Amino acid sequence: MKAWLPSLLRLALVVLLVAFVTNPGWFEPLLKPLTENNAPAIYNQGSLLTLTLLHLRTVLIATVAATIVAVALAILVTRPAGAEFLPLSRSLVNIGQTFPPVAVLALAVPAVGFGEKPTLIALFLYGLLPIFENALTGLTTLPGNVMEAARGAGMTGWQRLIRVELPLSAPVILGGIRLSVVISLATATIGSTVAAKTLGEVIIAGLLSNNLAFVLQGGLIVAALAVLIYDGLSAIERYTARRMGQATGD
Amino acid sequence: MTPRFDKLGVVIAAIVAYAAFFASFATFRANRIVPGEARSILEALPAAVGPLLLAIVVVAAMIALLKTPLVLRLVASVVALAALAILIGVAGTFLTPAGNTFARISPASGFWLLIFAFTLLLADVLTRLNLSPLARVGVLVVAALAIGLLLVSGQWDSLSILKEYANRADSFWAEGSKHITLALGSLAAAVIVGLPLGILCHRVERLRAGVLNVLNIVQTIPSIALFGLLIAPLGWVATHVPGAAALGIRGIGTAPAFVALFLYSLLPVVANTVVGLAGVPRAANDAARGMGMTDRQRLFGVEFPLAFPVILTGIRIVLVQNIGLATIAALIGGGGFGVFVFQGVGQTAMDLVLLGAVPTVALAFAAAIILDAVIEMTATKRRVETA
Repeated sequence: MKAWLPSLLRLALVVLLVAFVTNPGWFEPLLKPLTENNAPAIYNQGSLLTLTLLHLRTVLIATVAATIVAVALAILVTRPAGAEFLPLSRSLVNIGQTFPPVAVLALAVPAVGFGEKPTLIALFLYGLLPIFENALTGLTTLPGNVMEAARGAGMTGWQRLIRVELPLSAPVILGGIRLSVVISLATATIGSTVAAKTLGEVIIAGLLSNNLAFVLQGGLIVAALAVLIYDGLSAIERYTARRMGQATGD
Repeated sequence: MTPRFDKLGVVIAAIVAYAAFFASFATFRANRIVPGEARSILEALPAAVGPLLLAIVVVAAMIALLKTPLVLRLVASVVALAALAILIGVAGTFLTPAGNTFARISPASGFWLLIFAFTLLLADVLTRLNLSPLARVGVLVVAALAIGLLLVSGQWDSLSILKEYANRADSFWAEGSKHITLALGSLAAAVIVGLPLGILCHRVERLRAGVLNVLNIVQTIPSIALFGLLIAPLGWVATHVPGAAALGIRGIGTAPAFVALFLYSLLPVVANTVVGLAGVPRAANDAARGMGMTDRQRLFGVEFPLAFPVILTGIRIVLVQNIGLATIAALIGGGGFGVFVFQGVGQTAMDLVLLGAVPTVALAFAAAIILDAVIEMTATKRRVETA
């Protein structure tokens, strides 16, 4: 495969995605054959662009919150003062991963009501796990000689954390964030079952009215977003890994 | 001498203090959907029992707070959890007005926080005990038996979630078996297809990157979208391929759910097979070749057994993930415990949500513990054999 082909495909996907959410009318002839009884081919109970942006906003807020909390927790349990919590936090992460996102979402409703809030809670909780796990892996598998050198150079614990440990584990932590974002993009669609404004609304409207065109457009937008964001974050991850590799190699 | 505090114990004691004295233990509702009224431990239990429960949780929290021997902590957490489990049933009976079939009693935030706090203590003790895989499965079986006994004895029958169950006993088991069939069936299909595909990818290097990339992209497509997207092709197959509809293949229902779960399951199975086979030591392969083993003998006699723990790890990921994802199948008419979750959300009846969510979480949790134990046992067995 030629090296430029993947980039070209990605660019085409971006153009197609932007064109679709801003001017869905252009694509109506393509989707029309999927509808029955003259049903509308393009989602007509709200703008696709607005829903896409709200979807991304929900995922962004939840991921930022999850990243801050997960990384802070991982730092805490890898310090001497919090070392006592390390084995327990590992088991808790393992247990937490067995909770299906739908269950978390549904159980958050009685506490905070319908709408965006239960979705944010579910995305936050579910996003915590991969980031925490990766941050833990990153912070506990640092090369011993580098840590020795940092200590030998007279760095305080705080300096070591900011200048050595976090930068070195950044690629692994980014990997966790990437996983978390992809899971969140999917879970956010389920959020529409509890009345959150996300692209899931389009899919669910299609499922309820038996309109395949709705299901397809909602599904394709979310899938395209997931693939593009996954690719983008992978690229950033490779870039930081390369930089860290050079930094330690010098 | 000043007593020494356990760090985790401080957290547990704080949660217990809040939950026991400031949060509500049970919720009373005049019927299924009206907002509830809070009842504290002392209000929710008969005169003599309330103070007893308070005493038990306070003593258990003190044991957690101080640095105490592991055995004592184990006993404290188990006694506290057992007391909570039994007494929430007592609260249900006590709070239900005689002869009233509409009133609903459900555990409230205080109860859940207490359960959480003592489960935390129990999890900590079990982690520190470093149990063998078999012992962990044993603990799981004992816990499952205890819960089963409480369910069968009717101790919890006065609670709201079991009243929802009583109204839907038949469909509960039907949806449950559908849920398990979906999760296990798609796993079986993924293993049947994924193992040979993984072996092929291992042997034919050119295939590897391509197959894994495609499966990776499938994995990034959100579940609800994939479920939805499969409706179209399967609907087309059902109407255009003779005999397909008779086999149960339809646009909505179990078929797209099954195919979607199967597609999600492929990546972990294939990827772990490739990683497992790649990790087989060269020396083992060379020795096998030197002994004059054929390709096939080498695969089944050497490579496969050595890669087995890694492949099992992939199967564990798939099983836990499928049990969770199968809840979404309900959205496209595929059945499973998700039916109760989504019905409950639709009717704002949280007990109904719990009726779907609790068994799902329990199944996923049990599957994770059992498979983790199996993986550890096969991995140590290999190490002993190769050592």
